Amino acid sequence: MTDPTLLSGRGLSLSFGHIPALLDVDVDLWPGEMLAIVGESGSGKTTLLNVLSGRLALDHGVVWYRDPEDRLHDVHAMPAPALRTLHRSDWGFVHQDPRQNLRMAVSAGGNVGERLMAQGARHYGDIRATALDWLAQVEIDADRIDDLPRTFSGGMLQRLQIARTLVTHPRLVFMDEPTGGLDVSVQARLLDLIRSLVARLRIAVVLVTHDIAAARLLAQRIAVMQRGRIVETGLTDQVLDDPQHPYTQLLVSSVLTA
Amino acid sequence: MTIMLRARGLAKSFTLHLRGGLRMPVLSGVDLDVHAGECVVLSGPSGVGKSTLLRSLYGNYRTDAGAILVRHRGAMIDLAAAEPRTIVAVRHETLGYVSQFLRVVPRVAALDVVAEPLLARGIDPTTARERARTLLLDLNIPTRLHAIPPATFSGGEQQRVNLARGFIAAQPILLLDEPTASLDADNRAVVIRMVRDALARGTAVVAICHDPDIRDAIADRLFVMTPCQDAA
Repeated sequence: MTDPTLLSGRGLSLSFGHIPALLDVDVDLWPGEMLAIVGESGSGKTTLLNVLSGRLALDHGVVWYRDPEDRLHDVHAMPAPALRTLHRSDWGFVHQDPRQNLRMAVSAGGNVGERLMAQGARHYGDIRATALDWLAQVEIDADRIDDLPRTFSGGMLQRLQIARTLVTHPRLVFMDEPTGGLDVSVQARLLDLIRSLVARLRIAVVLVTHDIAAARLLAQRIAVMQRGRIVETGLTDQVLDDPQHPYTQLLVSSVLTA
Repeated sequence: MTIMLRARGLAKSFTLHLRGGLRMPVLSGVDLDVHAGECVVLSGPSGVGKSTLLRSLYGNYRTDAGAILVRHRGAMIDLAAAEPRTIVAVRHETLGYVSQFLRVVPRVAALDVVAEPLLARGIDPTTARERARTLLLDLNIPTRLHAIPPATFSGGEQQRVNLARGFIAAQPILLLDEPTASLDADNRAVVIRMVRDALARGTAVVAICHDPDIRDAIADRLFVMTPCQDAA
């Protein structure tokens, strides 16, 4: 297939002092698909996510993003305001800690509505109606709309962050360990929610996770990272069921149930 | 008859890096043709590589050599050399697989587990769920279980959910790995009927089944496999 990619990274390299965090990494993402990036802590997963989303500068390499008008943008050469606009419109970012994204002094409904207002929505009734709809989609009761996020549980905060991120219908969402630090039962609910929302809205996702089972259930493709390199990449079930690289074999055999 | 699936010179070995790089050859020089409306049952002793061959045909295992040609949208596509995204597309439309075990997102209702392959093809949810409901009832999964996630189901019930999920998209090529292993006689009869219906529609089927009654009921021919002689 020769259809164009949504996001492509080529030769991505970055060192922190003399410690290489990314070494010559290539990544492609097509519209509507989910790519999981797995590997142990310190392998460079989150660094890669931050580089792909332009949040962290590169030493070498280039990241291309194709906008809805089919124009290519060199993410790391974009002026800062243009990149900020991209992050507020076409893109979304789901952090492991929802407090990084949410405004804790603003109500739940306000957190969702704020992204809409940043895109120019002004009609209060419409904004509130959309916020209510999104709270329902992430299974937060309507009567919590005026509550402050600090009264929410960890799982609810994560769902609120997802509502805030998806309300503007981004085409591409970066997710950094979205189920990290949550109870197992809460994780399952969140995985199901992410899976169904992403499939229904046809959002492309780069998902960083150390949870191999989550990667299997959510992502069509997977990339395995070790010490700043992608050591193996391909179809998720193929890489996990028939791992070729010694590190992937170790990773898969170390999981209790995947 | 139309060739739906053709393997040529297929070789597959496993290299166990955690066992000092031990290399285990499983398949070598496998040639297989499967036509539309034909059921080929893989046969041979346990450990001969039947599941490995079936998983290779699905693109779940990577092969060392050879081609796996699948008729997809009228053209023959080599799965052994295809991009991951092509394999995903071929599976959605053309190549179905029923594994022995159900693997699903926790918390998702049985009905939605079964409907999912149709939803992935863009079929509207009402139609997809109605088709899922019919299939589950055919397989004797009563309505009261449809809204419950299958994690709590018995082994036989889970396998029937898995079968419904495998048959719902009615892909023209179907790979079945022990589809009746944990089923009672009534449900085995249902599965035999489902396979025969699929064959009558022109589906090409490759199956592993150890039960001789099932095998006799569905097989057009056996594909006899012998242990791989290729020493490491």
